[in-house]
Amino acid sequence: MSTTTIEGRTGPWEVIIGLEAHCQVIAKAKLFSGAATEFGAEPNTQVSLVDAAFPGMLPVINRCCVEQAVKTGLGLDAEINLVSIFDRKNYFYADSPAGYQISQYTRPIVGKGKITLDLPDGKSREVAITRLHLEQDAAKSLHDQHPSLTYVDLNRAGVALMEIVSEPDMRSAEEAGAYLRKLRSILRYLGTCDGNMEEGSLRCDCNVSVRKPGAPLGTRCEIKNVNSIRFVMQAIEYEARRQIEVIEEGGTIAQETRLFDAGRGVTRPMRSKEQAHDYRYFPDPDLLPLTLDAAWVEQLRRRLPELPDAKKARFVADYKLSPYDAGVLVGEQASADFFEAVAKGRDAKLAANWVMGDLFGALNRLGRGIEQSSVTAAALGELLDLIADGTISGRLAKDVFAAMLETGKSASTLVEERGLRQVTDTGAIESAIDAVLAANGDKVAEYRSGKEKLFGFFVGQVMKATEGKANPGVVNELLRGRLAPPGRGK
Amino acid sequence: MTALTDLTIAEARQGLRGKQFSAREMALAHIGAMEAARPLNAFIAETPERALEMAAASDRRLAKGEALALDGMPLAVKDLFCTEGVATTAGSRILGGFTPPYESTVTARLWQAGAVMLGKTNMDEFAMGSSNITSAYGKVESPWRRPGDNRALVPGGSSGGSAAAVAARAAIAAIGTDTGGSIRQPASFCGIVGLKPTYGRCSRWGIVAFASSLDQAGPMTRSVRDAAIMLQTMAGHDPGDSTSAPLLVPDFEAALTGDIRGLKIGIPREYRVEGMPAEIDALWERGIAWLKAAGAEPVEIGLKLTKYALATYYIIAPAEASSNLARYDGVRFGLRVPGETLDQMYENTRGEGFGAEVRRRILIGTYVLSAGYYDAYYLKAQKVRALIARDFAEAFARCDAILTPTAPSAAFAIGEKMDDPIAMYLNDVFTVPVNLAGLPGISVPAGLSAESLPLGLHVIGRAFDEETMLRVAGVLETAANFTARPQFPLPSREREGPVAKRREGEGARDA
Repeated sequence: MSTTTIEGRTGPWEVIIGLEAHCQVIAKAKLFSGAATEFGAEPNTQVSLVDAAFPGMLPVINRCCVEQAVKTGLGLDAEINLVSIFDRKNYFYADSPAGYQISQYTRPIVGKGKITLDLPDGKSREVAITRLHLEQDAAKSLHDQHPSLTYVDLNRAGVALMEIVSEPDMRSAEEAGAYLRKLRSILRYLGTCDGNMEEGSLRCDCNVSVRKPGAPLGTRCEIKNVNSIRFVMQAIEYEARRQIEVIEEGGTIAQETRLFDAGRGVTRPMRSKEQAHDYRYFPDPDLLPLTLDAAWVEQLRRRLPELPDAKKARFVADYKLSPYDAGVLVGEQASADFFEAVAKGRDAKLAANWVMGDLFGALNRLGRGIEQSSVTAAALGELLDLIADGTISGRLAKDVFAAMLETGKSASTLVEERGLRQVTDTGAIESAIDAVLAANGDKVAEYRSGKEKLFGFFVGQVMKATEGKANPGVVNELLRGRLAPPGRGK
Repeated sequence: MTALTDLTIAEARQGLRGKQFSAREMALAHIGAMEAARPLNAFIAETPERALEMAAASDRRLAKGEALALDGMPLAVKDLFCTEGVATTAGSRILGGFTPPYESTVTARLWQAGAVMLGKTNMDEFAMGSSNITSAYGKVESPWRRPGDNRALVPGGSSGGSAAAVAARAAIAAIGTDTGGSIRQPASFCGIVGLKPTYGRCSRWGIVAFASSLDQAGPMTRSVRDAAIMLQTMAGHDPGDSTSAPLLVPDFEAALTGDIRGLKIGIPREYRVEGMPAEIDALWERGIAWLKAAGAEPVEIGLKLTKYALATYYIIAPAEASSNLARYDGVRFGLRVPGETLDQMYENTRGEGFGAEVRRRILIGTYVLSAGYYDAYYLKAQKVRALIARDFAEAFARCDAILTPTAPSAAFAIGEKMDDPIAMYLNDVFTVPVNLAGLPGISVPAGLSAESLPLGLHVIGRAFDEETMLRVAGVLETAANFTARPQFPLPSREREGPVAKRREGEGARDA
């Protein structure tokens, strides 16, 4: 790989990045209680006595969340620990009803794994995963409901999170972005986290340090709770430059926790009080060690869906797509499925161009996901079929596609309704040619005297006369015959 | 006929089913005894109205010949068990005003079996104590007195209210919890039977937690058979408690065959602790002789790590407590003392809500879990705990049950031992190792001290072998033939109660 560096006053600097992603597990119930987990519910309507930490209430592990964590571990090509331990992380805060968060500290459910990044230059690069552990989410403090009081919404308290920790293997904000996109893609393929950063179901802590290339690792700062890929990249970029500046000015970096101010695009240190925690981790005595059956894990492994990397490789091999195109198409499972449905039995390259070009372009403009596309894969396939069998030209197809997007009608319906069927009837075309040549006798003479560039003019006139429906191949062929100097033609 | 309040559960069961008396009569007799016992301050809340309702339901079933296992048995419940619609305090100011909207699994099982709830008993705050002097609701007095000495004695703790209530005949039986001896030591002090089951035998769901890896609910009764009957209903797997054992519950009463011939009884030489009174040693020797006479074989065993048990316990239990008690923060239930900031509200609430002993243990627990001290204290204690458990496992390879004294002394007077927490902690020297190893233990009244106060013998069983333990305890009970009764109620005693009591359904009886 080529090392990315940032140019400082004293020369190039290398940026070292590790990420901790907090991913909300897709599950109907919380990690240790039966309360619901739906997003956006009225405050304190999805709270069990366990979540509210009432006296004598005990946690019971939700098997579904364990299964999701194991599936994610398998999807990250990671070691699954058949025995793991839940610990208590103790701290007092209004968002922590029990005064502790149940997490996994020394023995997480998933160990070392890896993620392959797809970089914009088409290359790929591996980032090692340190661990994945299960933990409870905190409640939410509402500071804006009352002038002097803070309200607490316990709906989120106890919702299952997977914390996925990477090694400090990334070297640029772009790589960090690629890592999060790939992680989100894998989670969505697995159906273990919806990766929706706006709703907070994927949040990220960024560990950033800088060093001169080849030098030992520098002191890192942790930027907490960044909630979009764009902000992660901005925060890393800002933080790296800040650290370089501090060091180049003769200062040193203090290991600290910082927050990203998205409004101003800067990071700032948290108040020291906010980070002066001694969490007093110890094994939760209310929970036995979590033991998994190896056969069950194998069963989950066998049932894993095809993941982005495998799909990408298959697209390159089977459809002869470029690694870049394949990478774009497999980013979302829905896009990949859409593409495959269109490509099946058709020209794959053409299918890829239409999906990635016209379709993605249109959806982007409309701000829609592929799931909300008004043009289905079958409909786009039909359009491609009409091009392939010569019913419409590629140029007309663009117009048909635009109409399909707008009306939701099928390509064949639109072709019929609007009389867009390509004219291949030589008689009709010939009479159009006759009319064009008759009206442009001077140009015919010029052409015949050697000004062959005028051929395009004639084609255009004929197409115009036939309202674009004439088959361009037929037009070309007939025109060449008719324009040939007398005696040399047929 | 014996007074209704003198009956054991086994006797009352027969009388109720034989229609010699009704559940209502049982309830009324015990409500009267409970009221008469108010000077002991054994109850934090009395629930006579509920008792009469439950008794009426029992009478309906009894009339139809559909009696349940515990129909009509008036029970006292340690105020650590959450009871739906009845205030639950854990003996602490911090739970002031807290009425659970749920019922603990153990109490729910008792009510489902027809038992009748008399009230909630006083206890050391959050079950932290061995003398029942740390309750926010006032100290409990033992119904026992030293002859010629009218000083009030402690009932033991932390289930002291339950022990006093059963000894004073204010309840036919009670339930308590035992984290380091909190059922067995007060049972020994009050001359009753107290059983701590194997860890995981009874569900902890709905019991205010002190130290989760040690807490276990158990019965406090006036006979070994009654303890077996109570445990039968209390025990069983609960999917709501991840640490409850998914095992079938054996027939405990059937285990009381009286036949211990050929059983090997382990006698741990290390339990002859320094400074133990000669009368305790003599009682122990008598116990050994009784079991030998019944055909069992005493074998000397080594439990060499016993000397580290108390130190280990006083790291692990406070560590867990410091975390378990973090939820009492004034935010969602119980006491709230306002403050300018969130931290100030925490400090005000917890400062006023917790008593001195609870604060002491939270501080110890927080300290031993802190960065830099964790390895030296908590982690080391966990290792020693594992070794103590191994000690027992090795001992049980050579014996079927273990016999020790329950406590190193008889009950002491209120005011004695109060200034030295370490001396107080020594009360639990024989019981604590059992909790650390997760084993069952039972205290059986076996004799009187030179001051005519009850002394208990302690039988420890293998994990989930309460049957053998009960069988041995039954033989001890028969041999000891403990018939001494507490002096309470003294006819001439003044009757003012220490605190005004919360009464549910005042005036409901005889309505």
